[in-house]
Amino acid sequence: MNPKIHIQNLSLSIDRQPILKNVNLTIPKNKITVILGSSGCGKTTLLKSLNRLTDLIPGVQRSGEIILDGVNILNGGQDLVDIRQKMGLLAQRPYPLPMSIYNNITFGLRISGRHNRQFLDKRVEHYLKMVNLWEEVKDRLKDPASALSIGQQQRLCLARGLAVDPEIILADEPTSALDPISSRMIEEKFLELKNQYTIVLVTHILRQARRMADYVVLMYLGEVIEQGTPDELFNNPQHPVTKSYLSGQFY
Amino acid sequence: MRQIKLTRYRKWRNRFHQGWMVIALLGMLLIPLVLVAGLILKSMLLLNTQSVLGLLTSTDWSPLSGHFGFLPFIVSSLWITILSLLISAPVCLLTAIHLTQYAKRWVLRVMHPVIDILAGIPSVIFGVWGILVIVPFISHQLGPLFGKSVSGYSILAGAIVLSIMIIPFMLNMLIDIFRAVPEELKEASLSLGASKWQTIKRVVVKKALPGIVSSFGLGMSRAFGETIAVLMVVGNVTRIPTGVFQPGYPLPALIANNYGEMLSIPLYDSALMLAALILFMVVLMFNIFSRWLIVKTETQS
Repeated sequence: MNPKIHIQNLSLSIDRQPILKNVNLTIPKNKITVILGSSGCGKTTLLKSLNRLTDLIPGVQRSGEIILDGVNILNGGQDLVDIRQKMGLLAQRPYPLPMSIYNNITFGLRISGRHNRQFLDKRVEHYLKMVNLWEEVKDRLKDPASALSIGQQQRLCLARGLAVDPEIILADEPTSALDPISSRMIEEKFLELKNQYTIVLVTHILRQARRMADYVVLMYLGEVIEQGTPDELFNNPQHPVTKSYLSGQFY
Repeated sequence: MRQIKLTRYRKWRNRFHQGWMVIALLGMLLIPLVLVAGLILKSMLLLNTQSVLGLLTSTDWSPLSGHFGFLPFIVSSLWITILSLLISAPVCLLTAIHLTQYAKRWVLRVMHPVIDILAGIPSVIFGVWGILVIVPFISHQLGPLFGKSVSGYSILAGAIVLSIMIIPFMLNMLIDIFRAVPEELKEASLSLGASKWQTIKRVVVKKALPGIVSSFGLGMSRAFGETIAVLMVVGNVTRIPTGVFQPGYPLPALIANNYGEMLSIPLYDSALMLAALILFMVVLMFNIFSRWLIVKTETQS
């Protein structure tokens, strides 16, 4: 296994309420790592710790290390913009930026100082094609992104995240608000993209985890209960919590 | 039998109570209509003898000779309203952004009731404060600074007092508007590598823009109609002001100062009613526009 991210002894609390308890985790490169768990178990917090969106939470306290390509990104000396541009985030619901479809894609590029019109045009086309959205929107790139359907918006958000050329895709239950067809499109896209990107997928849908995972992590009440390959975890669970989760005794 | 009687009794009692609530509601809806009808009816007397356009564009206000030119009052009102908005809008915007995006949670928790209290201070107190502080300040400090010898009772004094009065009002709305911007939208922008300031400037403010504009609109309508505090510091001289240090005579002050006096002058009360009607219409327009903006953006998102 070729590791991309090491999480070591990561603990996080909000207003002294522990959310993550001593999480140790290795995320393999160019694979889909699925983080499974019931709601409120800290999956999303763990995901947002990776690109340090947890910094925004008032009253947050954190200890431990997250090592990305050999560097601890929780150190103060890190450039936050750099870290965040290495990771594209796909949220539970699409949140298109309040601007046109075109500008949604170019937002991250312009932020990092790329203003060449031809370059931006090419990028927009490339990434919209990548998420199978180009044919649907090519004639209305100047329309507000909010005019798209939810499924289209989620694909746009994926394209927007990919456009800043990340190495990692963080996906937080990306299909939970989508219809089955849009969900499948996103899933298929992920399976395609994993050759180029390290994907961390948070979900509570067991079947989705079975379909997608190369590596599975089960969380429960802020702790990592068990991790391993799908074969190990699904067919030969070691921990009693894993067993009862897989048998559907809690979600 | 007794049972049926009781249910019937309760049914009627229920209807009765529902009834007076509906009456209260109808009364509340009727009052503004009656009000406008009364204003129109009263001002028709004047409108029948002179043209609307003539009245609105004439500068000659001499009731004794039957000349009612509203332009000085309208211009004064516009000066004060716009100037007060120019002072208060940036203050409100920056304060709201700071409180919602940067400040610690307890700061907002403390500030919210403080702002409410400020909004509840009677306007006459602001007027007194204006006379005691702002007017002398303009007369002794600001005026000489610009090489002007002025009394201090001026458009500027009115605008300053007014801006301080509408700040809590607009600030409350702006705070709610900024808090309504979803956290996830900010996260989306930040995760694309935008800094906090870039996120606020390009995403948060942009998302909130219609709300910001409408809160300014509501603030303006509030400022346009504010009477007593402005009346106390603005000078009340019937002349078109040409600078901020000059006195003015806004519409609400005209009505408040003169109604009830000298009403034996023909058409005078009709003219004052027309002033009230103009005031009502302008404020109504500001309000409708602002509400429309809010509704439009709410349905969009």
